[in-house]
Amino acid sequence: MLEIKNLHANINGKEILKGLNLTVRPGEIHAIMGPNGAGKSTLASVLTGNPAFTVSAGEVNFYGKKLLELSPEARSREGVFLSFQYPVEIPGVSMVNFMRSALNEHRKYKNLEPLSATDFLRTMREKKELVEMDNKLANRSVNEGFSGGEKKRNEIFQMAMLDPRLSILDETDSGLDIDALRIVANGVNKLKTADNASIVITHYQRLLDYIVPDFVHVLYNGQIVKTGGKELALELEEKGYDWIKKEVDGE
Amino acid sequence: MEQQYIDLYKQHHESIKKHSAAVMNELRDAAFALFEELHFPTIELENYKYTDLTSALSVDYGLNINRIPMPVNPYEVFTCDVPGIHSYLYFVVNDAFYPVNDIRNKTLPEGVIIGSLNQIAESHPELVKQYFGKLTSNKNDGLIAFNGAFAQDGFFMYVPKNVVLDKPVQLVNIMRSDVDSMANSHNLIILEEGSKAQLLVCDHTVDEVRFLSNRVTEVFVGQNAIYEHYKLENTHTKTTNLSTLLIDQQESSNVLANVITLHNGQTRNTIEIDLDGENCESLLCGMVIADKNQLVDNFTSIIHNKPNCQSRELFKYVLDDSSKGGFTGKLFVAKDAQKTAAFQTNRNILLSKTAKMRTKPQLEIYADDVKCSHGATIGSLDESAKFYMQSRGISENEARLLLMFAFTNDVIENIRIPALQDRIKMLVEKRLRGELSKCEGCVICQ
Repeated sequence: MLEIKNLHANINGKEILKGLNLTVRPGEIHAIMGPNGAGKSTLASVLTGNPAFTVSAGEVNFYGKKLLELSPEARSREGVFLSFQYPVEIPGVSMVNFMRSALNEHRKYKNLEPLSATDFLRTMREKKELVEMDNKLANRSVNEGFSGGEKKRNEIFQMAMLDPRLSILDETDSGLDIDALRIVANGVNKLKTADNASIVITHYQRLLDYIVPDFVHVLYNGQIVKTGGKELALELEEKGYDWIKKEVDGE
Repeated sequence: MEQQYIDLYKQHHESIKKHSAAVMNELRDAAFALFEELHFPTIELENYKYTDLTSALSVDYGLNINRIPMPVNPYEVFTCDVPGIHSYLYFVVNDAFYPVNDIRNKTLPEGVIIGSLNQIAESHPELVKQYFGKLTSNKNDGLIAFNGAFAQDGFFMYVPKNVVLDKPVQLVNIMRSDVDSMANSHNLIILEEGSKAQLLVCDHTVDEVRFLSNRVTEVFVGQNAIYEHYKLENTHTKTTNLSTLLIDQQESSNVLANVITLHNGQTRNTIEIDLDGENCESLLCGMVIADKNQLVDNFTSIIHNKPNCQSRELFKYVLDDSSKGGFTGKLFVAKDAQKTAAFQTNRNILLSKTAKMRTKPQLEIYADDVKCSHGATIGSLDESAKFYMQSRGISENEARLLLMFAFTNDVIENIRIPALQDRIKMLVEKRLRGELSKCEGCVICQ
């Protein structure tokens, strides 16, 4: 579904991604790990079209479409979803209005009629349960005054509402206590099907106890330098990243 | 510029007085003398530095001194943009109260008097005399003085002690004329002790000529009375709308004023609230949506004369194209107005590089045991919030709209008439979508 070839990207002229390659097929979970500053979050931002980043070379195909040529909203409607590392607070925009606008734009893209108010609210209710989200949160402004854990649950709730083909979870475990982590991971696992895929960006192996990856990639200095199975994550947890840095820098 | 009006008054003051009630005429010559001294305000004056009237005043406007009735039925030319609020409905066409025969107005609670200021000044001179000019005559302001010299009529409302108006009162100011014209009207609103009223003032223009309106409203809010004043402007781009709202609050009274400019030409709102009793509460809100070359200047002044009062101020502007906004938040706390709590916020979004906003908090605090704060910001839309919304599939345009709408939302939340709140939400949304670039039922703007 997703094919990233030789991707180069920079922010304000500083090159962060330096020729990244990655292929993701339906049904797969890919974990991307790596030290600080390796380019993990940049990859997530570039895939979703954050205008702060400039792509200087490479291409990304998503179900045959050239993803990098699409606007951020078109990528979303095509089925790419990013769970933000730092979800944005939007005072004055209610969760209900926000979600209804988003969902109806997705439906319009698929030539479907907008959901009726009752159907929409029923869907909201069902999906909220998935991440054990408080009813009150849905009536508030988007992320405004939410705790760190509530914000992350809200990301997974939105993911459930939009039913993406590819979800990118950027440091979804950061700032979560163990209970919140379990709830969030459970939500992600329940949404898993044979047709969708996930890229899980994380610092720590901890999350991968709950969301079990098919592949673990190590991102270092703007490239994927090592790929393995889930046992690679355990090895990284034990030995840190220094041995990989040495391996790469030594070459 | 003022000379033609000075000459006009000197030649025609007899006619002006002939068509006005004695109570109104008593203060007329003094107002004229003050105008002769002050002239129209210019940007040299600190209080008018954001309102340049030079080009508006260069137009040769007609004045209807001899009170020739306008051949118009406002019920026919005007369809209300705010239906469903079930109000008592009144019109001022240009500067004259329009005699209405609306069946709804017959159900006013006993003792309430609403009508033409000029007529009621004739029929109830003692009542009008007690209040008329009490808030204007000590003001050193050229526009108020000009109004005092030329205004011959306006809207009058009297709510007696402990009477609660069950429905909002709606006053629609309509400007209608075949030639460029000017209107000076004086509104007088009296709420006695323990009474309650809500007034919605709508400003509209009908014909595609140049209009200048200079309206002064005096409001007296008695002890424990509750007054809400909403002003909604939806006029065309050839309009100059000068409006002065003076409110006097007695002990334990509660006032909300919410001034919304949806569409206009050039607007100056002067709003002054005097807190003359203890334990008063005032909430003063406003919103401006402007584009093209529109100009909006809100000059506000809250004066704490007595202890233990609370005031809050919240103004929000969304400015696009080459529009210009001005805001002044004057706050005066007298020496013995201890335990004053006064908070002021002005936030502004500029959508283009050519839009301009000028904002000025002006706090003078002479008491030492007070809580006061002020804050003003000028910025653009939050790019990270916009990207967040786009990343959920919401188009860039829609994301901008949602953000602008969210930005103005807390001003709309401060409308305490639910039907009006819903309607204004809808009108603001239409305005932000660019669908309300003309006034409904009015003329098409360029």
